[in-house]
Amino acid sequence: MSLSVDTLDTVRAATGDGYKYGFVTDIEADEAPPGLNEDTVRFISAKKGEPAWLLEWRLKAFRRWQTMTAPDWSNLSIAPIDYQGSTYYSAPKPGAGPKSLDEVDPELLKTYEKLGIPLGERAALAGVAVDAVFDSVSVATTFKDTLAEKGIIFCSFGEAVREHPDLVKQYLGSVVPPGDNFFSALNSAVFSDGSFAYIPPGVRCPMELSTYFRINAAKSGQFERTLLIADKGAYVSYLEGCTAPQRDEHQLHAAVVELVALEDAEIKYSTVQNWYPGDAEGRGGIYNFVTKRGACRGDRAKIAWTQVETGSAITWKYPSCLLEGDGSVGEFYSVAITNNRQQADTGTKMIHLGRNTRSTVVSKGISAGRGQNTYRGLIKVMPKADGARNYTQCDSLLIGKTCGAHTVPYIDVRTPSARIEHEATTSKISDDQLLYCQQRGLTQEEAVSLIVNGFCKEVLKELPMEFAVEAQKLLAVSLEGSVG
Amino acid sequence: MTAILKIENLHARLTGGREIVKGVSLVVNPGEVHAIMGPNGAGKSTLSSVLVGKAGYEVTAGSVTYLGRDLLALGAAERARAGVFLAFQYPVEIPGVNNMYFLRAALNAARRGRGEPELDAAQCLKAVKAKLKLLDIGDDLLKRSVNVGFSGGEKKRNEIFQMAMLEPKLAILDETDSGLDIDALRAVSNGVNRLRDPNRAIVMITHYQRLLDYIEPDFVHVLSEGRIVASGDKTLAAELELSGYAAFGKAA
Repeated sequence: MSLSVDTLDTVRAATGDGYKYGFVTDIEADEAPPGLNEDTVRFISAKKGEPAWLLEWRLKAFRRWQTMTAPDWSNLSIAPIDYQGSTYYSAPKPGAGPKSLDEVDPELLKTYEKLGIPLGERAALAGVAVDAVFDSVSVATTFKDTLAEKGIIFCSFGEAVREHPDLVKQYLGSVVPPGDNFFSALNSAVFSDGSFAYIPPGVRCPMELSTYFRINAAKSGQFERTLLIADKGAYVSYLEGCTAPQRDEHQLHAAVVELVALEDAEIKYSTVQNWYPGDAEGRGGIYNFVTKRGACRGDRAKIAWTQVETGSAITWKYPSCLLEGDGSVGEFYSVAITNNRQQADTGTKMIHLGRNTRSTVVSKGISAGRGQNTYRGLIKVMPKADGARNYTQCDSLLIGKTCGAHTVPYIDVRTPSARIEHEATTSKISDDQLLYCQQRGLTQEEAVSLIVNGFCKEVLKELPMEFAVEAQKLLAVSLEGSVG
Repeated sequence: MTAILKIENLHARLTGGREIVKGVSLVVNPGEVHAIMGPNGAGKSTLSSVLVGKAGYEVTAGSVTYLGRDLLALGAAERARAGVFLAFQYPVEIPGVNNMYFLRAALNAARRGRGEPELDAAQCLKAVKAKLKLLDIGDDLLKRSVNVGFSGGEKKRNEIFQMAMLEPKLAILDETDSGLDIDALRAVSNGVNRLRDPNRAIVMITHYQRLLDYIEPDFVHVLSEGRIVASGDKTLAAELELSGYAAFGKAA
């Protein structure tokens, strides 16, 4: 507690006059004043009781961001975003949400039901204030004790800043520097909260770490920051996101995820993203601009990204690996679905720096309705990466006649001993396949779901078991009404 | 006795196209095996497509009654759940979908339709093992993706295996003999013969007489230019073999 009071004093001292107008009277308020300027950044930092170095870090990022423009190279058509019109900090207001499930949009509840989410959790997802009996809360506590025994740190980003400042300071921005791109700079300036995990040397994390158990914190928002460190020989599997659709009024979601794997460490990072995709006409929906990158800092380190992207109006996301250590391994398994008017431009970057580094890319894009789906990938092999190998497989599935699939692979090889393979296919769900399934008694929707799940199998099998089951259901829900 | 299938004066075509089936009438009773033979373009495929409810076809006149119900009023999946089975001429591949998983999905679709509890993986496997034995099929097919990389014989055998599992009331075998060598033909035919049942009707659609050497039909019909121009017992097939389709085409 004293830390945050000290910090506030420091911030006050450091920010001088601007502070007076910016947030001194607002400090107890739940929302930052609309707009984005240095005061907003200071407001957020103070609100979170951050140390001076972090405020400085944010401000540097903010100044950098001001000099940048939003990227326009993606295959996305994006309405101009009014960055000044948004609110950049909004704490959950106690009692402001729906009081009971009766007040929640029945459509939303129907979707939860289809996904087989237990009633108690449905309530939490829909934003109903849930009392402490809620299972996940106690589960989370139990988890924390087990993890602490092994020396594993798993907490909110804010808590990590307070409790483990040295670790945060050492690694924050070391994989995704604030100035990396427009959205990472924005995130670095205004991030609200997120997750932090540290696995000590030689420790194998005994359970999947998941934001699922921190639903309330996940609500914190548009600009999450995740930092995950696996020390030498450590192993962790991390699950991100909820498999339930979160209807979020926020339009812009710009997260940053940084992974660091030291020597012989392994990180498996799985995402199921199902933010609100907008309606059939493309109204509403999340703009999902996410920067995810992992660094294999030590020899034989391994980072594997698995993502199932079914939500968001726009997805702009390239989970990448920097293969620095010799013999380090990067993997990327992706399923991206675009239905209705959704657009996705997603893929990966595998940067081979160390010798005998290996990477595997398996991307499955599914387009339906008027969806547009682009795979964009970069395989870069630097001069010292002797014996580097990459295998890329990139498959697109089209449903209907009004959608699109695009593949944009970049390959940049600077060492003669590298071996790069790229395979790509585009296919359609044929009428014959549908008839075959229907003739065996499956409805059209069951048939589509079966065929799509088969198409995605190589990716889904990379997901932890229970996540894979939910992802399968999610694919079916996402594609409802896509045929006929 | 209620007929399993009753086709009356059926006229059908590809949607918007010219008429291909031009007034077919046929009654199939439980336990019977009918063979419908005819040259290319006689309307055999259109007939089977219309019976299973394939999209893109329209019925312009006539009716089809299945166990007393209007078959044409049902969707493709409903027909399947009600016990109509088509062994496809060209079974399609479904990559990434395990054959066993597919089979269970199909079985459970039918069970849901009847209001019965669904089978779990273990129960399904048990049922499968029994049928495999009956049909003399190895279990290697089960682990592979549906029809992916199957030989012609394996695909057809898999169709008959599905038929055995789904236990239809009406099985339509569409050119089941095409693309099979003698050994495969024998194996598939043996499978079908074991599935003959007093409560089940089988309609074989075929080009060639040779299938009928292995699966003996009770009735043979000659389809020519969209009409059944001759019907008889299995001796009709032999006659056809001698004189060719042309002679029958004119007989009508």
